[in-house]
Amino acid sequence: MDKLVAQYSRPAHQNEFYSEQEQQDLNESLPPLSLKFSMPPIDNSASFLRAMTDDHSNPSCPIKIAHGTTTLAFRFQGGIIVCTDSRATAGNWIASQTVKKVIPVSRLSRGEDKPSNDPTPGLLGTMAGGAADCQYWLRYLSQQCTLHEIRHKRRITVAAASKILANLTYAYKGYGLSMGTMLAGVTPQEGPALYYIDSDGTRLPGNLFCVGSGQTFAYGVLDANYKYEMSEQDALALGRRAILAAMHRDAYSGGFINLYHVKEEGWVHHGFDDMNPIFWKTKLDNGEFSNVTSEL
Amino acid sequence: MRGPTIIKAEDDKTRQLNKHTLMAFSGEAGDTGELLMIRNSTLPMLTNGFPLVQFAEYVQANVSLYTMRNDTELSPAAVSSFVRGELARSLRSRSPYTVNLLLGGVDPVTQEPSLYWIDYLASLAPVPYAAHGYAQYYCLSLLDKHHNPNISLEEGMKLLERCTDELKRRLPIDYKGVLVKVITKDGVKVMDFDNDRVVRSA
Repeated sequence: MDKLVAQYSRPAHQNEFYSEQEQQDLNESLPPLSLKFSMPPIDNSASFLRAMTDDHSNPSCPIKIAHGTTTLAFRFQGGIIVCTDSRATAGNWIASQTVKKVIPVSRLSRGEDKPSNDPTPGLLGTMAGGAADCQYWLRYLSQQCTLHEIRHKRRITVAAASKILANLTYAYKGYGLSMGTMLAGVTPQEGPALYYIDSDGTRLPGNLFCVGSGQTFAYGVLDANYKYEMSEQDALALGRRAILAAMHRDAYSGGFINLYHVKEEGWVHHGFDDMNPIFWKTKLDNGEFSNVTSEL
Repeated sequence: MRGPTIIKAEDDKTRQLNKHTLMAFSGEAGDTGELLMIRNSTLPMLTNGFPLVQFAEYVQANVSLYTMRNDTELSPAAVSSFVRGELARSLRSRSPYTVNLLLGGVDPVTQEPSLYWIDYLASLAPVPYAAHGYAQYYCLSLLDKHHNPNISLEEGMKLLERCTDELKRRLPIDYKGVLVKVITKDGVKVMDFDNDRVVRSA
């Protein structure tokens, strides 16, 4: 009788999750985190890559990697604000002014799946450093997150997703990867979560990050005006203003202001807006940027 | 600063060129001098630099010599042109001064305040607010946002505090506090400034 009672008095959801064995099987079926790439037939491919691409020590290097960026993300009472510029530069050349540096991660959150104004569930990643590295590895992360979702029947946490990426960048440490990304998302397990991951293998949770060549300018505005308790409207305005500051002062940032808000139900896009009218409106309406003269 | 040692924490990196013109300087090798000026009210921050004192005092002496010979106060615009000229001459000499300057003053006739940004390559630019060194990267965006030409002295000091707070928060270097001077039509005066404020990061 006791046995019978014990059998039926277990918590109702105990059998819903995978058994130890099943979990192990799942883990073993995962692809290895580091993919195998064929390496060029050179003794030290990492130093060869550096010699070919290092713009700083050799301005006439043959390969110019798309760099320079300003991206920012911060946590506040109403979720997470993610904001970026849209300029891609290769050396001194502006390669593009319309880059989408906010990349939705995980299958359900892909924009084309659900074209509407409703919040789209999923994580957001930002892109700074080498454009190719960021796009490729965030797509790879997206794939891993989707697989996680299918296997475990629930969305991946931001902590876990950021760990996948950090483990990957750490595995490739020294091979010349160049990326500085932030992962933002709201999950039932963690609430609003924000992580910084870069190509050195650094992974940091935090409230506020700015990444890229314009980071210091964005930090200047953001630090001085940031409060966790601010309203959604103030947070969106601050994110936009901090990016504008960086786009104005940093030659490698510019183009359009790309603004996102991540909240419990998912992320919402708040526009991809040309910086120029916003700059002049800010200047003329608020009397800011007084070092720029508007008359000849 | 010499090697890894701070020799003197509170060195005045400014020279008064005449009654209402003040020059702040920094920039020797190994020197990460931070200078910051805001026109209309508040003036420079202390930094770390060395033999530049020679250049500063040379300029100082020549400005007073001119004033004595001609019995006229030089305007900040005139002083800035002279300094720029000297720096341009020095640049093409055997041992150029690698000095970055901020020059602030109030015109003795029109009473108009002005600020000049001069770098070691002898560029001269009149600006509403300026900074040299790493301070530029953190403070200019703040000044862009919060400065306006009609700012009061009190607001100016608040703004300066925002700047130093940000430097304390984000600059990996401990610059050991700032020295604040204000230039008005009545001359230059040192302001009280709380350098011991503890700043917390978000």
